[in-house]
Parts: sequence; C-alpha cells; structure tokens
Amino acid sequence: MSACRFALAAGVLLAAACATEQNSASTASPHLGKAMTDVELAFWDSAILIDGSNLPAGSGSSAQGKVVYQQKCAACHGATGTETDTRLTPLVGGRGSLATAQPVRTLGSYWPYSTIVFDYIRRAMPYNAPKTLSNDEVYALTAYLLQANGIIGEAAVMDRTTLPAVQMPNRNGFVMASENVK
Amino acid sequence: MSQADASAEPEAVAGNGLLHRRLFLTRGLTLAGAMGVAGHAHAQVAPPKHPEWMMRQGTGLSGYGQPSKFEDGVKRIMGQPNPLTPTLGSTRTPLEKLTGMITPNGLHFERHHSSVPDINPDAHSLLIHGLVRQPQKWDMSALMRYPMTSVIRFIECSGNSGAAKRAVPQTSVGQIHGLLSCSEWTGVKLSHLLDETGLADGASWIIAEGAEASSMVRSIPLKTALDDVIVALYQNGERIRPEQGYPMRLLVPGCEGSVNVKWVHRIKVVNGPGHSRDETGQYTDLLPDGRALQYTLILGPKSLIIHPSVGMKMSQPGFYEISGLAWSGHGAVRRVEVTADGGKSWADAELTEPVLSKCLTRFRMPWSWNGGPATLASRATDDRGNVQPTHAVAIANYGEVGAYHYNGIQPWAVAQTGEVANVRM
Ligand code: HEC
Repeated sequence: MSACRFALAAGVLLAAACATEQNSASTASPHLGKAMTDVELAFWDSAILIDGSNLPAGSGSSAQGKVVYQQKCAACHGATGTETDTRLTPLVGGRGSLATAQPVRTLGSYWPYSTIVFDYIRRAMPYNAPKTLSNDEVYALTAYLLQANGIIGEAAVMDRTTLPAVQMPNRNGFVMASENVK
Repeated sequence: MSQADASAEPEAVAGNGLLHRRLFLTRGLTLAGAMGVAGHAHAQVAPPKHPEWMMRQGTGLSGYGQPSKFEDGVKRIMGQPNPLTPTLGSTRTPLEKLTGMITPNGLHFERHHSSVPDINPDAHSLLIHGLVRQPQKWDMSALMRYPMTSVIRFIECSGNSGAAKRAVPQTSVGQIHGLLSCSEWTGVKLSHLLDETGLADGASWIIAEGAEASSMVRSIPLKTALDDVIVALYQNGERIRPEQGYPMRLLVPGCEGSVNVKWVHRIKVVNGPGHSRDETGQYTDLLPDGRALQYTLILGPKSLIIHPSVGMKMSQPGFYEISGLAWSGHGAVRRVEVTADGGKSWADAELTEPVLSKCLTRFRMPWSWNGGPATLASRATDDRGNVQPTHAVAIANYGEVGAYHYNGIQPWAVAQTGEVANVRM
C-alpha cells in the first residue's frame, strides 16, 4: 500500500488515482492507464503467433489467390513472384540455395513458419493499400504463394487450422543468437 | 621556432607519426610554436576593411532557427528509392560533416519500411496487453504525466556498414557507415508501465508494433524490456521528429535499430518471440552452412576514423588531429586504439567526455603526417572486454552474404598525394 501512502502525502490528484486503482502496485506510480473493451482488444490484437493463435475465421485456395495476386500484387512483385527485376525480394523460388554462395531468401526458401506469410500480408500489403484485404483474400494469397513455392498442393485450402500445420522447408534453419539463450 | 623549446619534440606513441594523446593538454603552446605559423606576412595583400556584415543589419528573429546558408550542403545522404515505393528506404547521417557525439535532429538517419505516418498525437495511444494482469492503454496526456528519464544513446541500423562487408566502396564515410546517429532521448521507462499492468505467468518476451502503414512488429526479450527500454517522447529536448517516431518510439539501448520501434502504439506481452517477417526474412544473419542467426539484437563494439576518411584530401604534410566515433551495444567504450602503419603498432586515443554506456564516444589522436603512405584504422574495446573484430572475424561471426551486424575494423589509406581511400588491412 505504499502507493497510497505516497499519494496521501503528495496530494489530491494522486490520491484520486490511487483510489480507483484496484491492484495497488508497490511503487509510487500515476496509474493513468485506462481499461480497454473486449472489442477494442480483439481489434488491435491482430498479430498472428507461430502456433496459429489469433488466426481469424475464413479460408482461401491458391486458385483464388492467383486471381487476387494478379490484380493487387503483380504490379510490384511481378507476374509470377519469381521476377528479379522488381528491386524487391522475389516472393517465389530459392529453395535449396541457402547454403550456396548465391542464396535467394524468399518466403518459400527462408521463412521458418507459414503463419508469418499471413501475418505480414495482412498487416502490410498491398503496399499501396495496406489493411484493405478481407481475411479470405489473405488466406487465398497465402495459399497461392505457398503453392507457387511448391510447399502445398494446388488443392489445399488455407484456414486457421490448415495454415499453421504447413511445415516450411527452412523450419529448423534458425538459431537463436547466443545473447538471448538462457 | 623562436618561442619553441627545441628539445621538446612531441612524443611518438606508435609508428608513422602517432603522437601522445595528451599532447594538447600538456604542451599545446609548445607544439604550436614548434610547428610554426602557416604562410607569411610578406606577400602583397589588399588593405584590410570591414566585411559587409559588420556594416549593416542582418536578418531578424526567427521562430525556429535554421543552419547558416553556408552549411547548405550538410544534408542527410539520400538513398535511391524504388519509383514504385518512393517513401520506402533510408537516408544516412553525413558523419563526415559533423563532430561531437550528438546528431542534430534533422540529420538523424532514417530507415522506413513504408513511409512516415502523419500521426495526430491526440488520436494516438499506447496499448499494453497479452500476458499482463490488467491490459491498459495510455493516451498522450496520460503518458506526459509519468516520471521521465533522459539518456544519451546511439541508434544504429543493423544494416549499417553492410556495403563494406564484401566490397571496398569509395563513397563517403556517411554513405558507408551513416545509418548511425546519437541523441538524448527522454521518456517513460517501459518497466514503469509494465509494473502498472502487472505481468502474468509465462511472460518472457514483448512484441512491439508501430502505427505506420506497414505496422512493423519486433520482439524484445522481457528481460531487456524491464531493464533500460523507454517509451521515448522527446529527442534532444524537443518532441520526437515524425521520421523518428512522433509522437512516441521505443528506445532499446544498444540493440539493432529496427527494434527501436517507431510510432509505437501497441505492446503485447507473450511467452516467446513472435518470429515476424522483420525478424526472420529480414535482419537475420545467414551463415555459410545455410543456418541463420536470429535475434542478434545487441550491436557489437565498433569504431570509425571520420577525420580523415575516404574521399578527403590532406593538403600538406604536418600536424593533424585524427578523430572519430566509437560505440558498443554492450556498454561504454573503454578504449580506442589507433594505428597509422596498417596495424603494426597501435596507441590509445583520447576519449572525449562524457563517455556513456551504449552511446557514441568521440575519440581524438594527434598525428604528424610525414607525407608518406599511411594506413589509418581504429579499434574499440568496451567495458565488458569485447574488442572490435577484424574484417575476417566479423564475417566469420555473422556470415558474408547478409548485410547485417558488420562491425569490422575500417582502415583508410592515405596516399602521398594526400588522397584518402577505403582499403582492406
Ligand atoms: C506498390 C508496390 C507493392 C504492391 C502493389 C504489393 N507489394 Fe508486397 N512489397 C512491396 C515492398 C516495397 C515490399 C518490401 C517492404 C519492406 O522493405 O519492408 C514488399 C514485401 C512483400 C512481402 C515480403 C517479401 C519478403 O521476402 O520479405 C510479401 C510476402 C508481399 N510483399 C506480398 C504482397 C502481396 C500478397 C501483395 C498483393 C496483395 C503485395 N505484396 C502488393 C511492394 C508492393
């Protein structure tokens, strides 16, 4: 209760903050944070974790994704995603190249988890209109890019269950830098 | 030579003209005499007169001061963005045009993965949720009432100096190494806010997200977050510039630039790192065997001689002050050694106060250039005993194909013509 003692000594403002604070923390602290509604929390808590938690409802196939890709992505990333004249990292290709002198690090050859593809497209792409795709479109684009990289078959449909189950070729390729290993 | 003590030759401390670092403190006057005064008063010159600015009024007061027009060339070094995405890319601090340890706010390097958002601070808040006891959000006016702390810390992009890894570019030192800046940052300690939310069982990392168009996310170990991370609101005394994260950014001292999340608006406390695209596809170090290092967060000890450096020309043999910057993400710089003979002999440079943890430190070394070829380089050691590696060791540490985390020793060769070039040592 030291926060309350401090508040009494410091005057009315802090005392008020202290009174509304249920958790009475041990330090003298302003406690000016506001609670969030469940709707707010659900809206903002959008990052997809590698176990697939937070993946939304919806689904998409690579055939559907190919259509969206041509409309909304190809202008920058090239017609097939393998293009190297885009000044962007290709989205497709490079498998088996990581241990060579000319590695090509794509989402297919390099990224360790399939969920990253969904997470990144949903937060950042298309570059000129981010956060405008529907969840179905993001699933479809993810399916298309995974299929184009030869990681899933043409018939596979991606959703919150199937996507996290996809094993990426470089799943075990990353080593935690020693400074973080406990 | 009249006033000089002829017996008091400046003391050499290492080969090829390096002089004792305390030269100026103890013998400045003697040396000035010994080195003589450049030029002669005998030549015919125009009679002296008052310059025009002493004879009429100049301009008036101004609301926000700007550099002299004669400093117009002191600008960030612009990259060449992709025309499809012109707001994405980087600009670099023109290190060769600055001195001291602080980077002026308008010259702090930029690295944006999309663009600079135009954030209305009244509509921006910071959310903390996840493995906490009470998820909460703070608006700007609330955060402004918290106790604040101020620290002077460098920020370096982990891709800094990447161009010097596999090539020996002859562009300016700022172009090669200028994804590096240093400011006084003021804000609220993140530990303070996490103290108020409380932590739930299993909390071990945080994921921080920016409020720009591409909503960059980076993971930071909770241990680091509770140590010295701040939610920074001010940069060198004024509110953070938009391109540095207005109205708030994370400052993660000593750690690679991209975890200092700009425009931060959300922190999720989690039980392991998030493996986002910018900590898997990007900012990882691919090794020759195909494995890659991930979460190489702390930047190793590093230093650069900036005066003189590549592209400069030394006008004539004689006395020069070598000066540069040293830093380490592990702590304070303890020592900077300088060589003028390509690494055969080294001597300690003077470190200019203050020497702070995870901060740029200016070093200085007197040098008498004899007009012959010289290879200059510096080597930093931090207070944890980490020593800046050679080019070969730096590449062995983080691989050769990636552009990240390169901190190898940077040599410059001075030719007999006085021209300074980038070389390997
Ligand atoms: C206006 C150009 C543009 C458009 C249109 C665009 N992108 Fe991108 N994309 C980019 C840029 C630029 C980057 C790199 C961003 C960075 O540097 O952080 C990128 C990166 C990516 C990446 C990460 C690649 C990697 O290996 O790091 C993926 C995946 C991606 N885009 C998918 C898409 C998809 C799917 C679409 C269509 C919905 C799309 N993009 C539309 C410009 C574009």
